[in-house]
Amino acid sequence: MSLEKRDFLLAGVGGQGTILASDILVEVGLSSGYDVKKSEVHGMAQRGGSVESQVRWGEKVYSPTIERGEADFLLGFEMLEVARWAGFLKPGGEVIANRYRIAPPSVNTGQATYPEESQITDLLKSRAGKITWIDATSEASALGNSALAGVILLGCLAAELPMDAGVWIEVIERLVPPRFVDLNRQAFTVGLELVR
Amino acid sequence: MKKLLSGNEAIAYGAYQAGCHFGCGYPGTPSTEILQSFIKYPGVYGEWQPNEKVALDVAMGISFVFQRSFATMKLVGLNVASDSLFSAVHMGTRGGLLVVVADDPGHHSSQNEQDNRQFGRFAKLPVVEPSDSAEAAAFVKEAFELSETWHTPVIYRTTTRLSHSRSVVDYADTLDVIGEPRETVKYVRDPREQIPLPVNARRMHREIEQKLADLSEWAETCALNRLEPGSSKLGVVTSGVPYQYAREVFPDATFLKLGLAYPLPRRLFATLASMVDRIVVIEELDPFYEEHIRLMGIPVVGKDVFPLCGEFSIEVVRQAAIAGGLLEARSPGSVKTRPAAKIRAAEGSGVTTVLDAPVVEIELPMLDLPPRPPMLCPGCSHRGVFYVLQRLRATVFGDIGCYTLGAMPPLDATHVCGPMGASIGYVHGVDLVGVKERTVAVIGDSTFFHSGMPPALNVTANKGTSTTIVVDNGITAMTGHQTDPGTGRTMMGEEVPPVYIENIVRALGYEKVDVIDPYDLKNTRKVLTDHLDSDTPSVVVVRAPCVLATRERHPAPVVDPEVCDMCGMCLNIGCAPIMNRGEHTEIDPILCIGCDYCVEVCPKGAIVSRRSDDGSSKEGGA
Repeated sequence: MSLEKRDFLLAGVGGQGTILASDILVEVGLSSGYDVKKSEVHGMAQRGGSVESQVRWGEKVYSPTIERGEADFLLGFEMLEVARWAGFLKPGGEVIANRYRIAPPSVNTGQATYPEESQITDLLKSRAGKITWIDATSEASALGNSALAGVILLGCLAAELPMDAGVWIEVIERLVPPRFVDLNRQAFTVGLELVR
Repeated sequence: MKKLLSGNEAIAYGAYQAGCHFGCGYPGTPSTEILQSFIKYPGVYGEWQPNEKVALDVAMGISFVFQRSFATMKLVGLNVASDSLFSAVHMGTRGGLLVVVADDPGHHSSQNEQDNRQFGRFAKLPVVEPSDSAEAAAFVKEAFELSETWHTPVIYRTTTRLSHSRSVVDYADTLDVIGEPRETVKYVRDPREQIPLPVNARRMHREIEQKLADLSEWAETCALNRLEPGSSKLGVVTSGVPYQYAREVFPDATFLKLGLAYPLPRRLFATLASMVDRIVVIEELDPFYEEHIRLMGIPVVGKDVFPLCGEFSIEVVRQAAIAGGLLEARSPGSVKTRPAAKIRAAEGSGVTTVLDAPVVEIELPMLDLPPRPPMLCPGCSHRGVFYVLQRLRATVFGDIGCYTLGAMPPLDATHVCGPMGASIGYVHGVDLVGVKERTVAVIGDSTFFHSGMPPALNVTANKGTSTTIVVDNGITAMTGHQTDPGTGRTMMGEEVPPVYIENIVRALGYEKVDVIDPYDLKNTRKVLTDHLDSDTPSVVVVRAPCVLATRERHPAPVVDPEVCDMCGMCLNIGCAPIMNRGEHTEIDPILCIGCDYCVEVCPKGAIVSRRSDDGSSKEGGA
C-alpha cells in the first residue's frame, strides 16, 4: 500500500464525539504505517460552539494543520458545520455528512434561518467530487445511543480507504471502553454497509 | 513504542523522563494539560497554586534545595509571575527550573497575543522552543541541564498549536517510579547569591550580562539549533510550529531551525548568510530574530512579507511568500486573493509591515451560515446572576472565567472585562469619580483567589462603597475543572478544608456579606438590589457548584403549547435547549439538565417543571 497523503477534516458541535472519531482515524493511520499528525480546538469553542479536528496521514507530515482548499475528506457531524468548512475541501474531494441539525442560538431566537439541505448540498457540490449524506444520528439511536453517529460515519469513510475493515475494528477495540466495544463494532459495520 | 502525544502531554512526559519530581502551575488555556498529565506519572508531585507568581516562587523554593521543578502558565500568566522571574534570574538556580509558558498566536482563548520570547531579552534568561511533540519531550531534559549548568531559570515556550496538536513520540514501554531526590535535601546558605541587596544585585547584573554573552557562544554549537542544508537560493530562519509550515512551503530551502530562541547565535546567522542568496525569517508574532539579524547588517525578508499578527498556517506562509515574490503561485491566474492589511509607513521611511497574509478567495455559492458562538452551558448557575443584573440595568465589570460569557447576547449583561482580578479595582475607580449607575464587580472563585483579594482589601481600606459579586462554583471551571482553595481537595486528590470566601472578605473588613443560591431567582434579585443600592462596601457570594463538574441532572421541564404565547422571555436567558418553534417554544430534553431557570422566568406559567424535589413551588416571573 502506498503512503499517499490523506488530509481529513472532521467538523461538528461540541459534545458530538469528533475527538473519539479523530483518535480512531489517527490510530488507523499509524497502524497502516503512516506518519500522522492531528490538531484540534480546545477551550472556549467547546462550550456548545463549533468544533473541528484535523487529521493528516502521509509518508512524512510536517504541519499539524491542513492547508485550506487541500483536504481530501470532509467528515460532517452536523449539517451547518459541514457547510462552514466546505472551503477546506480540495476540488474533487469527498464529503461524508450526517443529516442532522443542531440549531445555533441565533436561529433559536429567530434572528437567523437554518439553511435548507438543498442549499448546503449545492454549496458542497461547488467543491466536492462526491457527497454522501447519511442519517447517522438516527441509525445510531436505532442502535440505542446517538453518540455512535461518529463511528457510523467512520464506517462510511472506511469504504473509501484502502485498508481492511479489520484494521479499523482492531483500533476500535483498543480505544473504546470494553463494555461499549460490541456497540461500536456494530455501528462501524452499519456505516460500512450503508455505502456498499 | 510509538505514541501520539499532544505537545502538552509530551512536555509532561519529558519532565518525568528528566527525573523531575515537582510540578507547579496555575491553570490557563493552552497550558493546563501539562501539569495534569505530569501528575499521572509514578512518583511525582503536582500542585495548583492560587496564581502564577506563587507557582514560580514555589518552584524557585524547590530549586533552592537542589531539586528540579517547573511552573506552568498561559502567556499572560508570565506577566503575573514576572516580578519573581526577574528575581530568579538574579539569584540564579541550583536545581533546574523551567518556566513553562504557552503562548497563543491567533487569540484562540486569550485576551492578547504577547510574544514571550521577548521575556528572554527583557528578563535576561534562555528561551527554549520545541516545534513538535518529539522535541517537546526531548528538549525538557536539555533545558534542565542548561538551567543547572548555567544556574539560570529557563523559559520553555510552547504555543497553542503545539500544545493542542498531536504527533509521534518515542514512548517508554514501562514507566518506572522516579527515584529518590538526586542530592541531600538540605538548604545551604549563600547570601551573596540569594539576597539581592544593592551590594549584591550590582554584581549579579554584571554576571548575568556575562552569562548571556557566554550563552550566545554556546548557542553556536548546542544541539537545540540545527542547520539543515538545502538550496543555495534561499535560507529560512525559523522556530516552533512555523518551522513545520515553512518546511511544506519551501521543501528545498536551507534551514536554520532554532530550538534556543534566546540568546541567539551570531556566527550561525553569518554562516547561513554566506551559504544562500537570500535569508527569510519565518516567525509568528514579533520580529524577534529578524531584528537581531538586521542589527548584524545582514539583509533579511521578515515582517515586510510574513504577517505580524495572528497564527501562521501553511496557507498564511504560502500566500505571504507569493505576495512577497518569494514563490510562484501554483496555478497562476486561477487563484484570487484578498490583499493583506499593512501598516501605513511613515513617509520616506521605506519600512512596511504586513499585518495579515493575503487570503485565497475560494469560490463558493453565497449562503448565510449562522455562527455558533460559545455560550454558558445548559443549567449553568451564572445564567441567573447575569439575567438579574441585566434586568436591574447594572453596570457590570466582569472578570476572567466562564462568566465572561455573560457579555454574549442575549444576556449582554457585562460592560467591561479586563485581566485577572481587575474587576474590583475598576469598580472602585469608577465609584471614586461618583458614578452611581449600579456599578458592580463580578468575579469567580478561582479568579478571586488568584488576584481578587488585594483589590477587595483596597475597597475597605480606603472607605470605598462598591459591591463585589463572587460567583463561586467551587472549581476552576473554564479550563476544565481544576481544584482551587475553595474546592476542598488538592490536585493530588487529598481532602483539605475548603476556604470560604465569605470568611475571607469578613476578615478583609466587609460587614455587609451575603451568601445566596442563584437558582432562587426571586431571592437573588432581592439581595442583589439591596447590595447595589447600598452605600456600604459589600460582597455577595453566589454559591452553586458547576453542573458540568457535578454532572447534576434533573428531568427537563416541558412547555405547554396551549399556554405559551411566544413572549420570548425564556429565549432571552440564552440557554441552548430552549428552541423557537414558531407558535411556541420547546425544550430539547437531551441538552437540558433541568435547572428550571426557564420555569422561573416564564411570566405565563407555560413551562412546567418535572423535578420531583421543589419543582412545583417555582412558578411565575422573577
